[in-house]
Amino acid sequence: MTTAPSTVAATRTTGPAVEMTDLSVQFRSKRSRTVALTDITMRVEPGEFVSILGPSGCGKSTLLKIVAGLVRPTTGSASLMGQQVTRPQDKIGFIFQRAALLEWRGVRKNILLQAEMRGLDRKEAGRRADQLMEMTGLTGFENALPHELSGGMQQRVSLCRALLHQPPVLLMDEPFGALDALTRETLNTELNRIWRETGTTILLVTHSIAEAVFLGTRVEVMSARPGRIVRSLPVDLPAERVYADVMADERFDRLAAELRGMLGSGANH
Amino acid sequence: MSEQTVERGITSGAADAGAASAARAGAGGPTASTGAARRSGPTPGARLGRLADAAWRPTLVLLVIFAVWWFVADREYIANYLIPTPAQVWEKLTSEWDFLLENSLITLYETVLGFALAGAIGIASAVLITYSPTMERSIYPIVLFAQVIPKIAIAPLLAVLLGTGLAPKVVLAVLIAFFPVVVSGVTGLRSTDPELLDLSATMGAGPWKTFRKIRFPNALPHLMSGLKVAVTLAVTGAVVGEFVGASEGLGYVLLLASGNLDSALLFADLILMSIIGIVLFVLVEIAEALLIPWHASRRSGIPLTTS
Repeated sequence: MTTAPSTVAATRTTGPAVEMTDLSVQFRSKRSRTVALTDITMRVEPGEFVSILGPSGCGKSTLLKIVAGLVRPTTGSASLMGQQVTRPQDKIGFIFQRAALLEWRGVRKNILLQAEMRGLDRKEAGRRADQLMEMTGLTGFENALPHELSGGMQQRVSLCRALLHQPPVLLMDEPFGALDALTRETLNTELNRIWRETGTTILLVTHSIAEAVFLGTRVEVMSARPGRIVRSLPVDLPAERVYADVMADERFDRLAAELRGMLGSGANH
Repeated sequence: MSEQTVERGITSGAADAGAASAARAGAGGPTASTGAARRSGPTPGARLGRLADAAWRPTLVLLVIFAVWWFVADREYIANYLIPTPAQVWEKLTSEWDFLLENSLITLYETVLGFALAGAIGIASAVLITYSPTMERSIYPIVLFAQVIPKIAIAPLLAVLLGTGLAPKVVLAVLIAFFPVVVSGVTGLRSTDPELLDLSATMGAGPWKTFRKIRFPNALPHLMSGLKVAVTLAVTGAVVGEFVGASEGLGYVLLLASGNLDSALLFADLILMSIIGIVLFVLVEIAEALLIPWHASRRSGIPLTTS
């Protein structure tokens, strides 16, 4: 196992890592106006792992894009590491549902794209890329092209790329949604370990109740159209999560049952 | 085989890194060199075999056509001054070789120059059209207009405007060849995955870096298709340019031959034009294979791992 990289989040801030105040988003087309998000207020402390759970189409992805500065809220504001978000943010790592890799680059060069775009020191970045590849089991696939890899392996590359510059905040938009259940479990376990080792603040959007509870220190539940946060549930489990143990834990069952009930009622709004 | 090992990698949970290296071993190669080895392709023998497999059908068709030609011309079912025999064409090719070679080189030069300019202008226009809505509105109609004018019709005009030298031929080749470059370039540049652009923004990259590292490489497969069409059209452009007010080049020789009813020379000339087109096309194909070996249209490899 590699040594844990220094925690950027812990050294830099005293305030919340992410803060959203009275956010709402409306999409306007010629004919209609859709309210995608409304009344979103959320505070995420450094080092937290917040799962954002909701039915599809509830605007959870938009929420992440607002934090990343890729979408502007209609009203309200978001801040990242104490700074108002007004344009695309580079203090984050972003992971999409699809791995979004450059198909002409090998694994290692895909990861190093992050360094090239930011103009980071090449040697340093190279060392860190190797470290991350070892951590995620990609060693030996350095030169493999994306199309030669399985979906799970591709998402591992995407994860390494998002972690290369040691971002204080990691935004994940249904990163494992397209993977089969077994690969998903493996990657969840790895993500839990990476979170503990790096101390990165993570916001994870998902529509899987099990994933939300297994990974999060807190689960924010969203309702469908217009998307808003209907409940915030702390997850009362130890930081280190082992899949079999968590599944057998009655606290998990209780939380999962409660969330399932809420999603059912939330969908009726 | 690699399928099974990766399957194990998935189920074994925490020991996944170990299993991944097992999968790597299963895929048949030691660490860093696997990628390179995989992409270097088949052995020369296998490649020759595949080439033979790909070539025998068109070769057969050509031989049949050749045989029919020979038969018809040799028996003079059609008069010799209309259709010469292959032997007469060959005779002409060898006896007039210096003259034909000189004129071929001139046409080749015009074609290559026209193609290079068409490529440069086409790519530049595609970039402008993609990045600026204003430019799109001002350039695109002109590009389309330049495409719909019958090029043969403006050849005399070009001769009047630009004289009888190199310029009108090259201009005609550019006019005829740059349209596919623009269209394929615009399609390629616009086909960038929006997520990749979002990603680039969160990396703090400016427009130039995004273009260089993401948009342009992403557009290359489309662009190469456009260039392949363009190179064959450039030959046509140069030859048509030589029909009007020229004193050299294969197009001029063609007019000369048909004026003198020298069908053997005419056929020899046609063969040389085709050779120029084919050789240039193959060169662009080779460039494509070197530039985008990763693209789906050029893959031969088997996936390392399954999903």
